[in-house]
Amino acid sequence: MKKIVLTRHNTDFQKEVEKISGEKITSCDQCGVCSGSCPLSDEMEITPSTMMKMSQLGLFEVMETNAMWICASCYSCMARCPRGLDLSKVAEAMRQISLRKAVDSMDLNGIDKKEAARLPSIALVGAFRKLTG
Amino acid sequence: MGNSRKIGVYVCHCGGNISEVVDVKAVSEFAGGQDEVVLNKDYSHLCSDLGQKMIAEDIRKNNLDGVVVSACSYLFHGETFKKVAEAGGMNPYMLEMANIREHCAWAHSDTPDIATEKAKDIVNMGIGKVRRNAPLEPVKISIDRNVLIIGGGIAGIQAALDLGEAGFNVSLVEQKATIGGRMAQLSRTFPTNDCAACILGAKMSDISRNGNITLYTYSEIEDISGYIGNFSVKIRRKATFVDDSCLSCGICTEACPVSLPDEYQWGVTERKAIYQPLDYAVPNKYLIDESVCLNIRSRKKTGNTDVCRKCEAVCPRDSIHFDRRDRIEEIKADTIIVATGYDVFDAKKKPEYGYGRFRNVMIAPEVERLIVHTGEGRPTRDLGKRVAFIQCVGSRDEQLGREYCSRVCCMYATKLAQLIRHIASVSGKEKDIYVFYTDMRTFGKGYEEYYKDTMKMGVKYVRGRPAEITENPETRKVTIRVEDTLTRSIMETEFDTVVLSVGLEASAAGARITEMLKLPKSSDGFLQEAHPKFRPVDTQTEGVFIAGTAQGPKDIPDTVAQASATAARAMRLMVKGYMETEPVKAFVHPDLCDGCGDCVAHCPGSALSMADAGEGAGNPAGRQIVEVNESICKGCGLCIGTCHSEALDLHLFTNEQLLAEVEGALANRKPGEKRVILFADTMCTYKLADTVGTGKKAYADIIRIIRVPSSSRVSPELIIRAFALGADGVFLGDCEAKSTSYPGSIEYSQETVKKVKSILKGEGINPERLMFFQFATVMIPKFVMLMNRIAGTASGSEDIPEELRNSLPDKARKTLFPGGKK
Amino acid sequence: MAETEDSKIKIPYFPGCTLKTTAKNFESSAVKSAEKLGVEMVELPKWNCCGTVSSLASDDLMKHLAPVRDFIRVEEMNEEGVVDNEYRMLTLCSMCFNTLKQTNARVKASPEDLESVNNFMYLEKDYQGKVEVTHLFELLDEMGFDALQDKVTHSLKGLKVAPYYGCLLLRPKSVGIDNAENPSIIERFITAIGGNPVENWEARSRCCGSYHTVENKAIVVKLAKGIIENARSAGAECIITSCPLCAFNLDSRQEEIIREDSEYRPMPVFYFTQLLGLALGLDKKDLRFEDNFIDPEPLLVQKGLNI
Repeated sequence: MKKIVLTRHNTDFQKEVEKISGEKITSCDQCGVCSGSCPLSDEMEITPSTMMKMSQLGLFEVMETNAMWICASCYSCMARCPRGLDLSKVAEAMRQISLRKAVDSMDLNGIDKKEAARLPSIALVGAFRKLTG
Repeated sequence: MGNSRKIGVYVCHCGGNISEVVDVKAVSEFAGGQDEVVLNKDYSHLCSDLGQKMIAEDIRKNNLDGVVVSACSYLFHGETFKKVAEAGGMNPYMLEMANIREHCAWAHSDTPDIATEKAKDIVNMGIGKVRRNAPLEPVKISIDRNVLIIGGGIAGIQAALDLGEAGFNVSLVEQKATIGGRMAQLSRTFPTNDCAACILGAKMSDISRNGNITLYTYSEIEDISGYIGNFSVKIRRKATFVDDSCLSCGICTEACPVSLPDEYQWGVTERKAIYQPLDYAVPNKYLIDESVCLNIRSRKKTGNTDVCRKCEAVCPRDSIHFDRRDRIEEIKADTIIVATGYDVFDAKKKPEYGYGRFRNVMIAPEVERLIVHTGEGRPTRDLGKRVAFIQCVGSRDEQLGREYCSRVCCMYATKLAQLIRHIASVSGKEKDIYVFYTDMRTFGKGYEEYYKDTMKMGVKYVRGRPAEITENPETRKVTIRVEDTLTRSIMETEFDTVVLSVGLEASAAGARITEMLKLPKSSDGFLQEAHPKFRPVDTQTEGVFIAGTAQGPKDIPDTVAQASATAARAMRLMVKGYMETEPVKAFVHPDLCDGCGDCVAHCPGSALSMADAGEGAGNPAGRQIVEVNESICKGCGLCIGTCHSEALDLHLFTNEQLLAEVEGALANRKPGEKRVILFADTMCTYKLADTVGTGKKAYADIIRIIRVPSSSRVSPELIIRAFALGADGVFLGDCEAKSTSYPGSIEYSQETVKKVKSILKGEGINPERLMFFQFATVMIPKFVMLMNRIAGTASGSEDIPEELRNSLPDKARKTLFPGGKK
Repeated sequence: MAETEDSKIKIPYFPGCTLKTTAKNFESSAVKSAEKLGVEMVELPKWNCCGTVSSLASDDLMKHLAPVRDFIRVEEMNEEGVVDNEYRMLTLCSMCFNTLKQTNARVKASPEDLESVNNFMYLEKDYQGKVEVTHLFELLDEMGFDALQDKVTHSLKGLKVAPYYGCLLLRPKSVGIDNAENPSIIERFITAIGGNPVENWEARSRCCGSYHTVENKAIVVKLAKGIIENARSAGAECIITSCPLCAFNLDSRQEEIIREDSEYRPMPVFYFTQLLGLALGLDKKDLRFEDNFIDPEPLLVQKGLNI
């Protein structure tokens, strides 16, 4: 069982997520409605509410999970959050923290050419914008 | 006062709080040099016993007729020093406090020289005001022993019994046909599991037995007017069509052909058109529901009265009369207690839980009635083996506009879980019960133990707020999708029944009463108390008290305690027999009033009316002037600005007094120095300025604060005069709309500011020199920021040329009162 | 804008990239249906891609430039008299609708942001903030579903249609065209054109997986199957959508579902304007059913809706 030791670096990370998302993530009281509403939570390594908790504590490990990349920005979470928080913005902030360091989640060259011909342009543009820097 | 005044000025060291920053001796000397000041002293602690005695003696020995205490805030020790004045034999309204602590020494602790000069200005302002003070008497309103209680639930019942047993005349008005309210709709009560009906029934009987309580059931309040000691109430007593001779034998109900779901039982059982609302109803009578009775509906639609009447035919006492009609009764009341209770959240507003669509999703009140009717041979419903409770439905939810916690749901769900389990085990069945919560708030006496016992019984608590419920169309069983935040897993679990723990909201019926009495509401929609800590059952309206869930969600013990508290508060006034109000009231200069009557419509409280001027020199017969009803007048000062003859004025804040303060603020400035006048309303802005000082937060030192009861006291003409006298900026501060005690004042001030800004702009003066803001008493950084801003504007703007300044009042009058003076 | 018997509504129309490429069936059925209803959809000149997804970072104003440029086009259309006092921007694609509306709300709420955007695009006129982004469903609702019903010549004869809202027509609540938890606008549309809407089906606003169709096909296939089977168990004979990405995920990805599951029965997926056009008696060539992946003809023949 891992032990957590919080330092000011964690606080800095928390503040960075808050700044980019524009959300007061410390007001999340972990009710879990977001996780229950998320249609993709089954595919995520950690639940959406865990993502919020880890951001609150500024735990860097959250950047290593797939949760924020699986997110499809469907807004189901923020439409139900009883504290009025926008989790979709927090997920975006975490994606941006990675993408702005030029660490992409999707390899453009990995897309099969036949598939690419089939795909509608909005799929490609959407994927590029969310998953690449 | 005629001849020269004898004013004493005291400058307090405040034990160093003031004297460590302000040169108190210099300020005292300065004061001594002002006109009509005959005595000046500085002292270490004016509020101490010795200090107070000193002032009182000085007044007596020197026949002082005015005193300025330069020390802390008026809100801090104003009352103390008024009593000192009385002890010295001087009218307490001849004393003023100059705030050189919160507004000076504390706010400018880093700049002692500037603080000292500012202190001199503040003292000068106080002296200027006191010169124009007149002795006043508080307004006395007589209060008799009649109390109106609106709402016959447990809160209203408790208050009625306390007051009735103490010998006061109680009128208890309840809109249902029986008293008992929401408590009568409960099965058992936590944490004792007492049967609600059992403990309530006894109290209800006490009501009917108490000769001092007049019970108006099946009645509605049509209108309330008046004020403390003088309320007029119109009550509509709805026709029940059954007289008092009714024996409650029940034969009529068997004969009645109309059956419908009983709404008082949440639709769990049925009743007839003629019915008894409860077994233990008080009054214990039957009544006819005219909205479903065949005869009455027919009469209303076609005039045909020959329909049905089966109940009338079988009644052995001849108690049923279809010719009865509603009656209006008018009563007088001296005090009012509002105990209008709660409604529950309409779970249909949360469609993701399927209430109203899925038959196996219920709300807690329905389950309360199911439990009561279980095992009595009446229709019941099998909740099935697996039951789930969902907490916080309609509470703690910004998506629904209900951010507050409803306080009782954690406990009532735990109670229902206990009861369901117990009833099942008695008949040898087993139940698998889950409670889905975010927090378990079991704070009261015995509550934590109750919660623990319930867990021991095997009820499982899962920490997660369900996202949605879906239904299996064949089995009708319902599945909850939720994250268990403690195991961090997503659960999808099927249940036979899901119970929604719906939250509380202020009752819709109560909303009507609230409107009538103009009672403010808190942001959660419940009635707002006068002060959350020190006046939890008073309202801003004198003589009107609130009790029970109308004021906010609470359990029965707290409701009963609060109800008794309102009874005590009402008794406090009624035993004394009178109430004194601050004489901050509008008054008329009779020689200036030309009887135009324009002001009357503007008073938000309808305190003004036209009356005969009466005898007097130069009064033609029938001349009318304005009259102020001091009992109603709240002293907001709004009317003053509406008068083109300057005939209206406000005691304690007269035009002369306020202008004297402005002059006092500007008198001693050095060339090049700017001054900004802040007109601060007592309750919010002045208090906030105190708080800012207490927190030692510095802000622009060119601000000079003048206290007013409400910003609406500051008429457009007063602002113009301030600029004319040389002010470089004027700031109006008042409360947020929801906190103001003076209805209509904010809107008036917004208009005032608009008008004056436009006049200033028209004369080429920067309109930003005038600002208005609504403060909450916690907005410390905002206050500092805005004071600095207006100081910056004032300092950065070009001086207004003297000629233009002097011409402003006349020019303004032409714009403000285009019709001119008569 | 009041519409009389002979007057038309001339409304600026933003197509978006996909309607010009892989979703021509959406556009042609929409434009022709609108014509029949007296609405002239005037395509924005020099429009650019809206960006597809809304940037949710608070500090990335750059990503909001593209939509604003399109709003400027609408204001220009008014200034040049191409449309008359019509500042509504009509969209068909749910993603365009959502992205455009979110950006519009942001720049309207923040004068500083609007100023930055306008200053940055110094070669363009300034955006005045007059545009209102609207969706064809809203326009139809405003014109009245009763009025629509009157114009239907080829009723859908009770075809069981499942309205698939997807995410972006309803959320975030601030831009949604109807109540996010309990919408009814598309159901009322279906009833108006003679169909039988599937009511309250569980997955009607559940995400289809969106852009993950690019790099994580498996997720999309799983979600799509779930949505389709849920619609089917609620009685649906077909599904309608308003988003070319949803259409791709629900329609074209049935190829993968079929490959994985031999028992799977295909479900036709239409753009809502295709059924609208069918009900209004449009020419078959304008409905372009041949562009749909799962062939809808058998269903239409079976229902007697084949024209």
